[in-house]
Amino acid sequence: MRPLTDEETKTMFEKLSKYIGENIKLLIDRPDGTYCFRLHNDRVYYMSEKILKLATNISRDKLVSVGTCFGKFTKTQKFRLHITALDFLAPYAKFKVWVKPGSEQSFLYGNHVMKSGLGRITENTAQYQGVVVYSMADVPLGFGVAAKTTQECRKVDPMSIVVFHQADIGEYIRSEDTLT
Amino acid sequence: MGRKLDPTVKVKRGPGRKARKQKGAETELSKFLVDDDGPKKLSSRSRKRAIKRAQVTKEPKQEEKSKKGFSDENSKWLKPTQRKRKIEQSEEDEDSDSQWEEEDDDEDEEGFVKKEMEEEDDDDEDMVDDYGADEGDEQDSDGEELLPIERAARKQKKQTSKKPGSDDDEDEDEEEEDDDDEEDEKDDLKEDEEEEEDTVQANFDETETFKLPAAADRAKEGLLQMDLQTIHQRIRDNVDVLSHFSEKREEGKERSEYLSLLRSDLCTYYSYNEFLISKLMDIFPVSELIDFLEANEIQRPVTIRTNTLKTRRRDLAQALINRGVNLDPLGKWSKVGLVIYDSSVPIGATPEYLSGQYMLQGASSFLPVMALSPQEGESVLDMSAAPGGKTTYMAQLMRNTGMIVANDANADRLKSVVGNIHRLGVTNAVICNYDGRQFPKVMGGFDRVLLDAPCSGTGVISKDPGVKTGKDEADVLRSAHLQKELILSAIDSVNADSPTGGYLVYCTCSIMVEENEWVVDYALKKRNVKLVPTGLDFGKEGFIRFKERRFHPSLKLSRRFYPHSQNMDGFFVAKLKKLSNTIPTAPRETDEVESTKTETAASSEQIQKPESKQQKPASTPEKSNMGKKQKLKPEKSETPIITKKAGVKSENKKSDGPKKAKIAKLDGETSKKSAKPNKKQKVKELNGDSTKEVVIEKKKGSQFEKNNKTKNKNLLKKNKNRMGKNKFKKLKNMVGQ
Repeated sequence: MRPLTDEETKTMFEKLSKYIGENIKLLIDRPDGTYCFRLHNDRVYYMSEKILKLATNISRDKLVSVGTCFGKFTKTQKFRLHITALDFLAPYAKFKVWVKPGSEQSFLYGNHVMKSGLGRITENTAQYQGVVVYSMADVPLGFGVAAKTTQECRKVDPMSIVVFHQADIGEYIRSEDTLT
Repeated sequence: MGRKLDPTVKVKRGPGRKARKQKGAETELSKFLVDDDGPKKLSSRSRKRAIKRAQVTKEPKQEEKSKKGFSDENSKWLKPTQRKRKIEQSEEDEDSDSQWEEEDDDEDEEGFVKKEMEEEDDDDEDMVDDYGADEGDEQDSDGEELLPIERAARKQKKQTSKKPGSDDDEDEDEEEEDDDDEEDEKDDLKEDEEEEEDTVQANFDETETFKLPAAADRAKEGLLQMDLQTIHQRIRDNVDVLSHFSEKREEGKERSEYLSLLRSDLCTYYSYNEFLISKLMDIFPVSELIDFLEANEIQRPVTIRTNTLKTRRRDLAQALINRGVNLDPLGKWSKVGLVIYDSSVPIGATPEYLSGQYMLQGASSFLPVMALSPQEGESVLDMSAAPGGKTTYMAQLMRNTGMIVANDANADRLKSVVGNIHRLGVTNAVICNYDGRQFPKVMGGFDRVLLDAPCSGTGVISKDPGVKTGKDEADVLRSAHLQKELILSAIDSVNADSPTGGYLVYCTCSIMVEENEWVVDYALKKRNVKLVPTGLDFGKEGFIRFKERRFHPSLKLSRRFYPHSQNMDGFFVAKLKKLSNTIPTAPRETDEVESTKTETAASSEQIQKPESKQQKPASTPEKSNMGKKQKLKPEKSETPIITKKAGVKSENKKSDGPKKAKIAKLDGETSKKSAKPNKKQKVKELNGDSTKEVVIEKKKGSQFEKNNKTKNKNLLKKNKNRMGKNKFKKLKNMVGQ
C-alpha cells in the first residue's frame, strides 16, 4: 500500500470532479477524522487514518481491501471509477438524473438511459457532464455521463439516449469478481 | 234394510288390503342387499372360518368369565392355570417352532405341561381338534405347514383388531401363501395392537419379529425394495415403544435391539450414513430425533437483515411490500430481522438489495453478533468472515466507527466479503487473507473477536443434504482439531486489558458436541478465559456432560439452537471473556515433569512402584475421595487418554492421579508425567486429608476463576506451601541427576 503519486492524484481528482466538482475537499477533511487515499494493487482505496495505521500491519500479498475502493488505474494510467464509490459521490453530486420506475431495471442491467425513461434532470447540465443516476425514490442507482444537455433532452425523440451508462449497482451481482 | 251410505260423512279410508306403497329406495333396496349378503359365495374354507369365528367369539367370553375345564375327557384332572403366559410364552417364543411341535405333540398326547402354559392355545387346540378332521385334507392341499394354532391365533387377532371380515379373508389368503410377507405385515400389526391392548399376541411378539428381521428378513430387505411407507410406520412404532419402554416392550428383548433397528430404518428412510445417525441418537432423545430429522428435510424460512446504516426496518419493509414481497418481523429478539414468506420478485436482486439496504442472512447468523455486541470505536476481528454477513452486521452496530478486520483463509470467498462490504456501505473494514491460526502474529490486541469456525455443517443439513452421507468420524475430528487451534489463536488475539471489551464469541453451524462444547472446554483449560452469558435468552443450554465426557459447568452459559425447536439453522454460540493476557504455558507440575521426563524416566517408575504399593492399601479411602473429586470437578479424565496427541499435556489431570497411576503401571509411559507429581501428592494424601486432593485439582482451577471461591484461594496458598516442586527436585537429586 502506498500513497498516490502527484500524477495519479491529479488524474483521479480530475475524474472525481467531473461528478462532484470542488466538493472533493469534503471527502478529505471530514468532521470525524482525516481520510486519505492509498494505492494497492492498482486500486485506489479511501480510508480513515486510523484504519490506515492498522492496515499497515498486514502484508501486501495478504491484504485484499481497505476501507472503500474508489476505482482502479488501468495499465495506461487512466482512472476508472467503480460503482463502489457511489456512496461518496451521491451526496456531493452536482448534477443528478432521475429515472422512471419502468426503466430502472433496464439501467440496472447496464443499459443506457433513454429519453423515455428519463424522469428528471438537473438544470444546466452540460453535455458529457458526469451525472449520478437516481431512482424516483431518491435511491442512487449509479452514475454516467450526460449525452445531451438539459435543453436538448427536452427536444429530442424518446428513443434517443440521454445518459451513457458507466456504472450501476447491478454490478454487485453481475460482476462481483471484478470488484477485487 | 241396509246401511245407508251417507255422502256428507266422509269416512277416511286407508290403504286397502291390496294397496302397496313405495316406502322409498332405501327400504326397497335393503331387501335386495340383505338378500345379497345372505348367499355370499364362501368357499368351504371361508365357511369353516366363519364358523370358527362364530365359535371363537363365544369362547373368549367363556374363558374370561369362568375358567372352564377342558371339554375333553381330561377335564376332571386338568385345571386351566392363570394367565401368566406372557412371560412364559415370550421365553418360549424364541423357540417358536419347537414350541409348536411340542404343542402338536401335546395335542396328541393331551399333554398337560404345555396346556397349563397355553390356555388360549389349548382352547384353540380344542377348536382345532374339532376341525382337525375336516381341515386335514385342506391343509395338505395347501401345501403349507400352517399349524392350526397359528391359524387360530390369527383369527383371534383379527377379531381383536377392527378389520372388516372380507379384508381378513384376503389377508389370510395372502398370508398363507407367503410366510415372509406375513412376518413383515405382522410386525406392523403387532406394533399397533400392542399399543392398543395388552393382549397376548400368541407367538407373534414384537420382539420376535425384530429378531427375525435381523437374521433373514433384514437381508431380504436389503435385496427387496422395502416400501418407504412401511419403514416410516415401523419407525414411528419403534419410537413409540422406546418412549414407553417399560410398558410396551417385549420381555427378553433389549432396548439396544430396538435401537439398532431404529437406526437402520432412519438411515434408510432419511438417507443418512450410520455414523451421523448414531451421533444424532446420542445427542437427541428418540422423539426429538425424529423432529430434528424431519426439520432437516425442509428449508428454513428466508430471512433478511436491515442495514441500519442506510435505512430503517420500517421503511425497508414498506418498500419491499410495495414490490410485492410478503414479510414479517423476525421475532422479538431482533430489531433488524425480517422473514420473507414469499415474493413475486427475486429477493436477492431488488433495487433495495442492490443499494445495500438489506442483506440476505440466516436467522442463526444474527446470534453470534448479538452476543458479541461490538461497541462504537472498538477494534474487532472477524476470523472467518466470508461471505461477510456477520462482518457487516458488526459494522452497522458500530456505526462505521472503530475498525473491523475481516479475515478469511479462502481467497475466492473473500470476493463476496468485499462485495458485501462495499454494497452495504461499510467504511471501517480491512479485509485480509490469512490463515486464522497465524493471526496473533500479524496483529493482536483486539477488543473483540468473532470466530465462526469452519465445521462439519451438521446444523445446516437442510441447506446442504450432502452432509448426510458425506461426513464421518475423521471429518468431525479434523474439524474439531482445526477449531481448537483457531480458538486458541482467537483468544491470543484478544486484548484482555481492553477497557471496553476483552470478549470472544465462538460459534459454529454444527450440533456436534466434539466441535462445540469440547472445543470451548479445551480453550478453558488452555487459556485464561471464562465463559460469560451470551445475552441470548432463548435456545437450549450447552451440554455439561456428554457420554463419557465431562465439561466445565460454566458451559451451561453457551447456547444451542436447533432447526426443529427454534426454526433456524443448527447453531452453537459461546461467549468467552479473557481474563489475562498471560498464556499459561503449563502448570508447574507438568513443567517439572516435562523437563525431567527423560532423565528420570526410569527412576520414576521405580518410585512409582513403591508408592503405588503404598497406595494400594489406602486405595479404598482414595477411591471415595476420587468420587468426591469427580463430583467437585467435572473432569475430562478420559479425554487425555483418548486424545493422545504428541505432547498433550496431562497437566490438567492431577485428579486422575490414582486412575492414571494404575494405567501408568500398565503403560509405563503416557501418564508417567502426571502420575509422578500425583504420586508425590498421593504420599501426602495418604497422610493428609481428602481436602488436599481437592486442592490439587483446584490448583488447575486458577483458570476457572468462576468456580474458585474462598476454598480455592486457601487451597492455592496451601499448594504453594507444599509445592511438590521442592520434593521433586529432591527426588531428582536423589535419583542422581
